[in-house]
Amino acid sequence: MTDLPRIQHICASGVVALVGVTVTWVSYTQEPAAAFLFPRLISTVFVVLALWTFGKAILGCSKVGNGLSAEALLRIAPGLLVALVYIFWAAKGLGFYTASTITFFILLSLYDPAPHSELKSWVRRAVITAGFLAVMYGLFAMLLGVFTPREIFF
Amino acid sequence: MEFIQYFGDVFVPFNFMLLMLGTVGGLILGATPGLSPTMAVALLIPFTFRLEPAQGLILLGAAYTSTVAGGAVSAILLKIPGAPANIATTLDGHTMAKKGQGARALQLSFLASAVGGIFGVFLLIFLTPVLAQWALAFGPSHLFWLAILGVTVIGSLDGGSVVKGLLAGCIGLWLSTIGFDDIMGAQRFIFHDSLAGGINVIPALIGLFAIPQVITMFAKGRSRLDAEVLEVERHPIGDAIREVFGRMRALSIGTITGSIIGLIPGVGGQIAGLVAYDQAKKTSPERDKFGTGHPEGVIAAESANNAMVGPSLVPLLTLSIPGSPTAAVLLGGLLIHGIFPGSDLFDNHPQVAWTFINSMLIGQVLMCIFGLYVAGLAARVAQVPNEVMAAVVLALAVFGSYSVQTSMGDVYVMAALGTGMYFLERFGFSAAPLVLGLILGPIAEANFIQGSMIANATSSVSQYFFTGALNLTLIAIVVLSVGYSVLMELRARRVVTTKDEAVAKEEALS
Repeated sequence: MTDLPRIQHICASGVVALVGVTVTWVSYTQEPAAAFLFPRLISTVFVVLALWTFGKAILGCSKVGNGLSAEALLRIAPGLLVALVYIFWAAKGLGFYTASTITFFILLSLYDPAPHSELKSWVRRAVITAGFLAVMYGLFAMLLGVFTPREIFF
Repeated sequence: MEFIQYFGDVFVPFNFMLLMLGTVGGLILGATPGLSPTMAVALLIPFTFRLEPAQGLILLGAAYTSTVAGGAVSAILLKIPGAPANIATTLDGHTMAKKGQGARALQLSFLASAVGGIFGVFLLIFLTPVLAQWALAFGPSHLFWLAILGVTVIGSLDGGSVVKGLLAGCIGLWLSTIGFDDIMGAQRFIFHDSLAGGINVIPALIGLFAIPQVITMFAKGRSRLDAEVLEVERHPIGDAIREVFGRMRALSIGTITGSIIGLIPGVGGQIAGLVAYDQAKKTSPERDKFGTGHPEGVIAAESANNAMVGPSLVPLLTLSIPGSPTAAVLLGGLLIHGIFPGSDLFDNHPQVAWTFINSMLIGQVLMCIFGLYVAGLAARVAQVPNEVMAAVVLALAVFGSYSVQTSMGDVYVMAALGTGMYFLERFGFSAAPLVLGLILGPIAEANFIQGSMIANATSSVSQYFFTGALNLTLIAIVVLSVGYSVLMELRARRVVTTKDEAVAKEEALS
């Protein structure tokens, strides 16, 4: 095992172990005890398994899962950032349909292999975005009657 | 034979339209690589809120059935299995298509799927009521152990590491305890306002299955799917029907293997298809032809993965224990309508239960008919570019999770769980046990508390939970499933180590 996946395994299992320890600590310290009976039972198993996994990762024995290469991380980063901004800010800040339209178009532009210099590809992306959002509006606003947060434009 | 009296409900025009919609949609979604049956069903749940429970289940059941079969289209025509269940179909199906026998392979695949699927649904029809009545004998301690069994079986059988599978199950069980405690009203693990109401199962399911897929599509970057869609020549359907029933050995091996595997919680369609393919190959006098475009390979694999669908719902409908991630999603679809599986379902909501099961039976026939006609179209749709699919799934996930309770908190939970799951999957954790833990957690806790109360009033807790034939049997199955998986993992590791050592020795010698 090379160093990068090993360090990644240590980080990932370390985070899980940290969550396990926190859950166990909260379960055993919070009151009323009766409400935490089941969480105590689970958290005990949780923390044992999490620490076991963490120990194995430190010893370099964690072999399942290939981790994430730097190239893959670089490919994911822009899309993930756009998606998280969309979910945690834009959907509420701009309104669902406006935010979805912008996000959809940005994602298509980021990951579409067609050259960005071609006008045709931009038109295609705009048409796909408009078509999909029209379907989404028809499904959620008209068919299901889902009330979304107020939009900036309407 | 109670199911016969509810057959008419399937043919109520709106119900039948939903069945056709679910079937055609499922075939197209199934053919799309990257859209697993579980994810397709999870994304469809928000569309069932406005429907009657039976109607919602008809839509979800039809989608489940036909996404499994639809995966064969891309496996045969594109050499890309639409779902893991169709991996074995690719081996001979695509070779047949390359030889200009694409239509024949598709016809055999859908006909075998229908035969396997119908057999599987009949098992569901005849086993479920019997087991549901038997489940009445289950007390809180048994139900507690059953819930734990559901998590441990999937945790230990799914994925490559038993410890990580069980750990994922524990994470799911812990997530299910977030929110206010039902009995004392105490706050538990509410670290953010979005978690005050606990974690709603539907947004969690959407996040856990859809978001990792979206990020996986991002990871492919600006690449184009270079799969060539093979042309589908005409082939007489009568010949295909005669051929499917003429190759009875492959058909029966696939059907029986799939049905048995479907009944075992945690063992999915991927295993069913591969085991059936392997068995059909071993018992065939023409075993050398397997892998070179032999029709029996397609028949065995496809009859198995669809035969698995019906039996995989038996533990869900009788004991409230979903045997697979897709069954867990269907349980979510039942719970949002306030319906609990088990004897309650058959005693108090027989119309819902039987209409759903009957619709799966009719759905198998429709899937076969539509499958033969929409295969070409589905193969084209399967080529939808990655970036479009990622953006579509992301938007559907956001809208779908918001529409559950019109709450942004649900959307945040969906995104956080989904993003976290993607990174956990890179390190050998699997979503299936986590989902099972999340769904079975409340069942396990409610029965654990109830059992503890009974135990305190009558005997000791250890005596109540650890004695009695049924308790001991369930505990033994939990221990055996974990022990068996650990053994298998150790054996697999030893094989890899021996191979590595052999390669190292060879390199040293050369």
